[in-house]
Order: sequence, then C-alpha cells, then structure tokens
Amino acid sequence: MNPMRITVLACAVLGLAPLVAQAQAKLKVGLMLPYTGTYAALGNAIENGFKQYVAEQGGKLGGREIDYVKVDDESDPAKATDNVNKLVKRDNVDVIVGSVHSGVAMAMAKVAKDSGTMLIVPNAGADAVTGPMCAPNIFRSSFSNWQPGYAMGEALAKKGVKNVVTITWKYAAGDEMVKGFREAFEKGGGKVGKELNLPFPNVEFQALLTEIAAAKPEAVFAFFAGAGAVKFVKDYAAAGLNKTIPLVGTGFLTDGTLEAQGDAANGVQTTLHYADGLNTPRDNAFRLAYAKAYKLQPDVYAVQGYDAAQMLGIGLAATHGDITKKAEFAAALRKAKIDSPRGPFTLSPSHNPVQDFYLRQVANKENKVVGIASKALADPGRGCKM
Amino acid sequence: MDFATFLIQCLNALQYGLLLFLVASGLTLIFGIMGVINLAHGSFYMIGAYLAFGLAAPVAAAFGGGFFSVLAIGIVLAVLLGYALEWAFFAYLYEREHLQQVLMTYGLILVLEELRSIVFGDEVHGVAAPPLLAGSLPLGDTMSYPVYRLFISAVCIALAAGMYLVLTRTRLGMMIRAGSANREMVQSLGIDLEFLYRVVFAAGVALAVLAGMVAAPVSSVYPGMGNTVLIACFVVVVIGGIGSVRGALLAALLIGFVDTFGKVLLPQAAGVAVYLLMALILLWRPEGLVRAG
Repeated sequence: MNPMRITVLACAVLGLAPLVAQAQAKLKVGLMLPYTGTYAALGNAIENGFKQYVAEQGGKLGGREIDYVKVDDESDPAKATDNVNKLVKRDNVDVIVGSVHSGVAMAMAKVAKDSGTMLIVPNAGADAVTGPMCAPNIFRSSFSNWQPGYAMGEALAKKGVKNVVTITWKYAAGDEMVKGFREAFEKGGGKVGKELNLPFPNVEFQALLTEIAAAKPEAVFAFFAGAGAVKFVKDYAAAGLNKTIPLVGTGFLTDGTLEAQGDAANGVQTTLHYADGLNTPRDNAFRLAYAKAYKLQPDVYAVQGYDAAQMLGIGLAATHGDITKKAEFAAALRKAKIDSPRGPFTLSPSHNPVQDFYLRQVANKENKVVGIASKALADPGRGCKM
Repeated sequence: MDFATFLIQCLNALQYGLLLFLVASGLTLIFGIMGVINLAHGSFYMIGAYLAFGLAAPVAAAFGGGFFSVLAIGIVLAVLLGYALEWAFFAYLYEREHLQQVLMTYGLILVLEELRSIVFGDEVHGVAAPPLLAGSLPLGDTMSYPVYRLFISAVCIALAAGMYLVLTRTRLGMMIRAGSANREMVQSLGIDLEFLYRVVFAAGVALAVLAGMVAAPVSSVYPGMGNTVLIACFVVVVIGGIGSVRGALLAALLIGFVDTFGKVLLPQAAGVAVYLLMALILLWRPEGLVRAG
C-alpha cells in the first residue's frame, strides 16, 4: 500500500468516524429537576414517569438509546441559569427535561430559546413559557397556570355562584391562576369580591381566614401547594369555615397532600387535568405498571413526566432519531394526538397541552372525578410570536 | 373592619406572637445567653415536628398513650441529643470566632436535613391534635377558634414564665448569666461551667424540639420546615435584645401584631413589614428592646 492510499483511507476513516458515532450514539437527556427540598417528591415522580415510558419502549426512543444526565435544581431560580448552562455547554445534552418550579423553568426557557436546545417542561406552569417566551424548540407536557384557574371559574359560574373571595401566595403561579379564574368567572356573570394574598411561603393564615369570615362570600377560591396547601386546608376547616363557605381551588390544593390533610379536605372541589379513579383502560394500565415498577401510586407529576417522554418519542420517531431536525420535530408534535393516561391531548400553536380539565371532589383521601369542568381547554398563549 | 373582627384579629396576633416566642425560646437560651450563633436551631425545631409524627404510632402501640406521652418521650430524647451534640461539637465553639460557629451550625443543617430525607422521605405529613383539644369554640356566626391554638398559647405563657423565673430568680440562673458574662471568673470560683453549659444547651435543644412537637398539629410536617422558622427566631431574639427572655416575649408579640395587621391592612407590604419593624427598632435601640442584665 502506498503512502497516498494510506492517507486517503485514514482520512476517510477519521472523517466518517464522527458520522458513524453520531448515528449510534445515545441520546443525551438532561433531567433538571428538584431532587432535594420541598419539591423533591415531585422531581422523583417526574423522573419515574419519564423512565417508565422509555422502559415500555424497550429503552429506546426513535431508535436511540437514552443516556441521562441529572442535575438537582433545588427549586432555586438563582442557580437555574448556571445549572441549565452546565447541561447545554458542558454536557452537551440533546434535550432538557425540567422543571417543577416556575422561576427555574423561566430561566431554562430563556437559555433554550437562545441556544436552540430542545426543552420539554414537565410541570412548571408559568404562563410565559408558552406565552412571550414560546419558541419552536420549547414544549410543555403539563399545563399553564391560567388553565386550571380558568376551568374552575367556568365551573363555578355555571353553578350560579356570584360572589367569591380568592386567596393565594403573592407570586407568579398564584397570580396567574387567580387571573385565569377571574377571567372565566366574571365572564360567566360572577364577581370576585376580594383578592387576598400573603407573601410566599408564609403560612400564617389566621388573619386572612378572619377576613374571609367577615366578608361571608358564597365560596373561596384558593391556590396553595405542598405544605402550604396542607396547612391552609386544615386551618380552613379548624376555623369552621368549611361548614358554611365551600372551598374550591386548583388541583394543587389537594394533590399529594390528602394523607396529611386528613378529614379536613373532605368536600373540597378542585380542577386539574388529572384525577383519581378516571377508570379508563389507558389510565388503569399506566397506574398498574407504575405501581409495579416503583411500589408507589402515580400522581399527576408522574403522568406529566411520562407524557414528556411520549412527546420526545413522537418527535424522534418523525425525525428518525435525529433531534437536530428541529422543524420536523416540532411539526410532528403539533399534529400529534398524545395518548396520555389523563386522556388524549393535542398541543396548542404555542406548544401547551389542549386538554380536558376535570372537576374533582375529595372523598376518602382521593380526588374523585365528578365531571369535566372545561372541555379541550386551550391556553390563549398571549404574547407568543412564533 | 368592625369591632368584633378587630378583636378576633387581636386574638390572632396574640396567638401568633406567642407561637413565635415558643419557637424562639430555645434560641434565646443558646444564642441569647450562651452567645453561640446556632443556625441549626430551625433543624431542632424540625426534629421536634418529625418526632411528633414518627413517635405517634410506636408510642401508641407500646404504651397506649397519646400526644402527651409523645411529648414526654420527645423531650427526653431531645435532652439526650442536645447533650451529645454539645459534647461532640458545640463545646469547641465558645471561644471561637462567630464565623466558625456559623459554618459548623450551617453544616449541621445540611446533615440533619439529609438524615431527615433518608429516614422520613420528602412527603408532607400531618399530625392529629389530641382528641381532648381537637374541638373549637364558636366566634361570631361563621368562624370558630380551634382549642388547640389556645393550648399552644397556654404552653407559651407557662414556658415564658418558667424561663424568666429560672434565669432571674434562681442560683442556677445566676450561674448561667455569670458564665456568659465572664467565663474564666466563674470557672475560677469553682463552678463546673463545662457541665453547666452542656445542660443549658440541652435545655435549649429541648425547647426547640418541644416547640416543633407542639406546633406540628397546626403547622404540619414537611421538608425544610426548620429554615422557614429560623429567620423569624433570629428576628425575635435580635429585636428583643440578646439574652433577655422578657425582651424576646415582647418582640414576639410585637411581630405577631405587625404581621397580622400588616397582612390585613397593607397586603402589598406584608412581606417586608416585619423586617421594616426590625430595622426601625435597631435604629432606635441598637441593643434591642430590653437590655439584658
């Protein structure tokens, strides 16, 4: 073999090597979720759900095996930009999945918008992610804060309730849910008498409960989550208000908290895109498989993680595993009907789920479906230019 | 706001203030009197709440007892824990700089939080109030007041009185105060300060744990709960004047009123009202409301 041929061959081999490697390389998925702190349980549920779908597909999505890079975002918006940059620049991930906290998700959306990295948000509801921050490479498998609030406003107005007091933490999620609620409720002929709020994460509710008792509304609409939701629902019942003024809210008021709330939560009505006892074949199969794999009952967060993986799978199948074809990836998802345990949903033009919102009532420590509060509810995607 | 509502809000403020004092009482002892900056105070509070949750089932099974047996056992465990921690870590801190105290107690927060996560997981839990105190008193026509909250207030008042009497009226209290003023002099008078401080520290931990256990039925039990009370505790001790039980009580009540009425009358400023109060008081009296000694 003469030197010329060797050089040519070597060049060919070296030149081809990256291409060959790319076709077979594992897909790098960056999971940026809270693994410590208040939302740790939610982060784990999302990861479990995601991995369950991947396992059901034989460990591959779009023909590619998955490699996970995990980052604990600690639900800390101050560290979010650094964390997501680590995933994008140091680890070179192909797609980012995260997160739970809206503030963190906003930082992630900003980086994704700038860098063009694929982002699937499996929980955080900040309206802006599929509003002004929307982008062809940003998707959400959960909800926008506006949605469950709007659904409850619609349901309550339909019941003929006219006068409501709202109460929430003063921060983005609470404000957006109350805004959605108000929009639908006032459109339906009701009136929000008073908007009460307290700084996040303050849980001393007694003063505001006294205000509610003095205002005597027909119902109270509340947004709290986690430990705050537990304490609010218990304080509300302890103050005797649940006997005369029905408490309603978005699903987070009673999701993952019923064990701790006990009897105090009985009768509380909430709206969410998932519920206990949907009793559809799809949901039953999902719940059984999840319970078997993780020895845990799945919750809405697990469903959202599961659907994030489904959405990634749909996009990858359409592009034959090549996630760099962003336009085709997005086009496939926009057309797709995602077969979620919550019920099938599609994506709005701004990439937020168009989905049914269930009206649920707490009985025996379960959020039982009592009906559909709002059918195929789509977030208006205000401010989205794409 | 009509007069009845105003009175109920006053009751809310009083009750919240007393709860704050309960939580901060242990810190008054450890930070205020022993002079150790103890950031892990919130973690001891968290341990208390998790003890109330974790001990309920085994105690009921072993003794058939309820909430009050849990309290008693929890306090014994807390004293042992405090004693051991002082022996292992805090004993080295008295002579050191404040920065080292901050670093070590911050480390303790991380360790205790992780242990909590391993032992109990990251879920939110509720603790039932004892049946004896589970009722509520009607107030007005729509609202009622839980008896348990009144019980908490009673515990606080008893604790405040007890601490005040022990520290200012007994020989033990005199030794503790003298020890914080001049360590070497007290030692040279033949008082076993090492042992004394170990006991006081254990008492401080026990107070924090007791606060956590007593507050658990109203606050519920959740990850990171210690950090949320820690700042409030330092505000109480600093406003009150370091080392003064009377000052801490006064400060806690003041914060209770400012927070409650701030939320109702000026909801936009509710988040900063308490810190504004602290800043103003420190400008007016840099040493806090009541000077110790």
